[in-house]
Amino acid sequence: MTAELGHYALMLALGLALIQGTMPIVGTRTNDAVLMSMAAPTALGQFGFVAMAFAALAICYVTSDFSVLNVFENSNSQMPFIYRLTSIWGNHEGSMMLWVLILTFFGALVAVFGNNLPIVLKANALAVQAWIAAAFHLFILMTSNPFVRIPQAPFEGRDLNPILQDPGLAFHPPLLYLGYVGFSIAFSFAIAALLEGRIDAAWARWVRPWVLGAWMCLTVGIAGGSYWAYYTLGWGGFWFWDPVENASLMPWLAGTALLHSAVVMEKRGALKIWTILLAILTFSLSLIGTFLVRSGVLTSVHTFATDPMRGVFILAILVVFIGGALALYGWRAPMLKQGGLFAPISREGALVFNNLFLTTACASVFIGTLYPLALEALSGAKISVGPPFFNATFGPLFIPLMVVMPFGPLMGWKRGDLLGAAQRLLAAAILAALAMTAAFALEQGGPALAPFGVGVAIFVMAGAITDIAERTLFLRVPLRAVWRRAIGLPRSAWGTALAHFGLGVTLLGIVAATAWGSERIAEMKVGDNLDIAHYRVTFTGLFSRQGPNYHDVVGRFIVRRMNGDLIGVMEPSRRSFPTRNMTTTEAALMTRGVSQLYLSLGDPTQTGNVAMRLYFKPLVLLIWLGAAIMFTGGALSLSDRRLRVGAPQPAKTKAALRPAG
Amino acid sequence: MRRVLLLVLGLVVLTPAFPWAAVQPDEVLRNPVLEARARGLSQQLRCMVCQNESIDDSDAPLAHDLRVLVRERLQAGDSDAQVLDFLVARYGEFVLLKPRLSWRTAILWGLPPGLLLIGTILLVVAAARRRGRMQEPAPGLTAEEQARLQKILAQSSGS
Repeated sequence: MTAELGHYALMLALGLALIQGTMPIVGTRTNDAVLMSMAAPTALGQFGFVAMAFAALAICYVTSDFSVLNVFENSNSQMPFIYRLTSIWGNHEGSMMLWVLILTFFGALVAVFGNNLPIVLKANALAVQAWIAAAFHLFILMTSNPFVRIPQAPFEGRDLNPILQDPGLAFHPPLLYLGYVGFSIAFSFAIAALLEGRIDAAWARWVRPWVLGAWMCLTVGIAGGSYWAYYTLGWGGFWFWDPVENASLMPWLAGTALLHSAVVMEKRGALKIWTILLAILTFSLSLIGTFLVRSGVLTSVHTFATDPMRGVFILAILVVFIGGALALYGWRAPMLKQGGLFAPISREGALVFNNLFLTTACASVFIGTLYPLALEALSGAKISVGPPFFNATFGPLFIPLMVVMPFGPLMGWKRGDLLGAAQRLLAAAILAALAMTAAFALEQGGPALAPFGVGVAIFVMAGAITDIAERTLFLRVPLRAVWRRAIGLPRSAWGTALAHFGLGVTLLGIVAATAWGSERIAEMKVGDNLDIAHYRVTFTGLFSRQGPNYHDVVGRFIVRRMNGDLIGVMEPSRRSFPTRNMTTTEAALMTRGVSQLYLSLGDPTQTGNVAMRLYFKPLVLLIWLGAAIMFTGGALSLSDRRLRVGAPQPAKTKAALRPAG
Repeated sequence: MRRVLLLVLGLVVLTPAFPWAAVQPDEVLRNPVLEARARGLSQQLRCMVCQNESIDDSDAPLAHDLRVLVRERLQAGDSDAQVLDFLVARYGEFVLLKPRLSWRTAILWGLPPGLLLIGTILLVVAAARRRGRMQEPAPGLTAEEQARLQKILAQSSGS
């Protein structure tokens, strides 16, 4: 019964989406306020029904109702409660349900909090949001229905893929989807502006919080996925340039560019047409990401062709929405008025530079991800595009971006003073040069570029601190005045500095962990020692351990300093899941400051020895710590009053200055 | 395609399975310089039966064989380029994770620098056009606006 209710609720949601997608638009054309005001209640209703459908699916999962095919295929009554819940989105159908849940949730948020929006913009934007939702409801109902029943219900389910039974992956998809789908709001507002043929700086102010929120979720979503890959896959890599990762990186890059161009639009009224295009592109990349991951096209062009229904459907969604949006853009954008002049050397100029490099970096990821697919589909020739390609194209684009980054916030709007900014960054540059020299001196045979990378990272971090120091007149006024100014700074200024600082931290982690990490591969017998960096690891034996739905073979290793001081024990294991007959490698991690020791176990040999890989990853935690700092920066910025109030509202104290009428 | 598949099947049958990540202790060369070169090469070579994994990361039997093959070639005195050529001759361009520049990959390699170049040109042109517009004097206030301004100023000084 529950499954059928869920199915029915989803159909009702589709119906409401169709109403929400048409009536308000008719209203804006005929200037009918009643039709336009239908947008908000239908958006709320649609969210309500999707939430019901999702809840129904959740109940099926939690109660282990194996008469539902989707539950049978992806769950097991022996699994811990939390994984029974998170396995909802551990499969195709369920993850699409999560996708529409978040999509309609955002629509509902606009409906509730969009009271200060102009009624036409709100009606149009919610209607566009409903088109997207309708397309995906239809997709789920026609090709990926999670509520299908099995005639004879089995007693036990097939279990979730063991590799997904992990706290890291349990919360990675929701965060990623919050990011992906959050950009749909920017998309809907962009299309609404094009439909209306009117756009102004206030548009950017309404859209920016959504973009920022989506960007924050995507940032931690990507970082979470990277950390999961790092500790799960057993050899300590944190980024693989895998198409699935690229699918999330592309919207992030475009979204970061959008975030910055929207600032220019809000403050200076410039870059309007470009910002609209970026808003369209960012969500288009989210859709493409969904297509890449969900259609099976990545495994091979051939599997895509043998099970075409889903892939073709998503491809059709892509063509209609991206093609339609770009066509509308091509038609309407020239009618929008450009505004806001600025010199090349200015805050705007720096942000344009940021946009140029971010979009090119995004394009290089895009071409690298899709070119092999396109080439194979068109000519049958198979080539591979892997990490060496991306390192060779993405790296050279990102480094100039990071070098220029500290200059941006120090430049004035409209016409900046490059020399002045350079002078103020002198301390940061000296610090970076010192760090570079130190890294160069300490380096023993690492890559030649690594000290340079360290220098850039330090420059970015010190540049962000310089920004705050400049704004608070640090060292120029008494400390108490600095403190007062620091408190008085808008939170968005702190947010910018923090987010930029975080990127520097991440870069430092990436450079150090890749260039100076060490690795030992060995076969050990009980009592053997292995030295790495300044640690000595001793193998003391194997034992076994029973988990709720798995069995572990655990290796026990004692970690000491070189002088013999005991530090702790590491227990990597081989985990076997009987239901799926699968074995996973559970690496052991030992955190030392922000560095980590990483130990993963191979199969025991006949002689009782064990093959193992031991890594020392210097500063590796900075990679994800940096992402957390970026998130915090975004959150601070989001809490800024200017964004919270959403629309330009003059403060009460200034009311007396307003002209009458 | 079928040939590759048969080859792969053959390899699967002929070699013992190593159900564990990547480079095995017994593969590692004694000579650390050669071993470092082998690792560098392995990272540029694709394991052809895996999804987007280099032979350095993959635990597939084929990857193991390729790693051993790379090490054999290096020990036989091949240069890095010769090893890559040898593998491309056997397995095709597909084995390279960084495709070589050819007419077939021209768009792939050309797009990032091309886009950067086109973007820069567009921006320079736009900046030149803006400079022209910036030097024009801002249009003055109309008489009506002037009157409104006066009214506002009078009001605010009065309050």
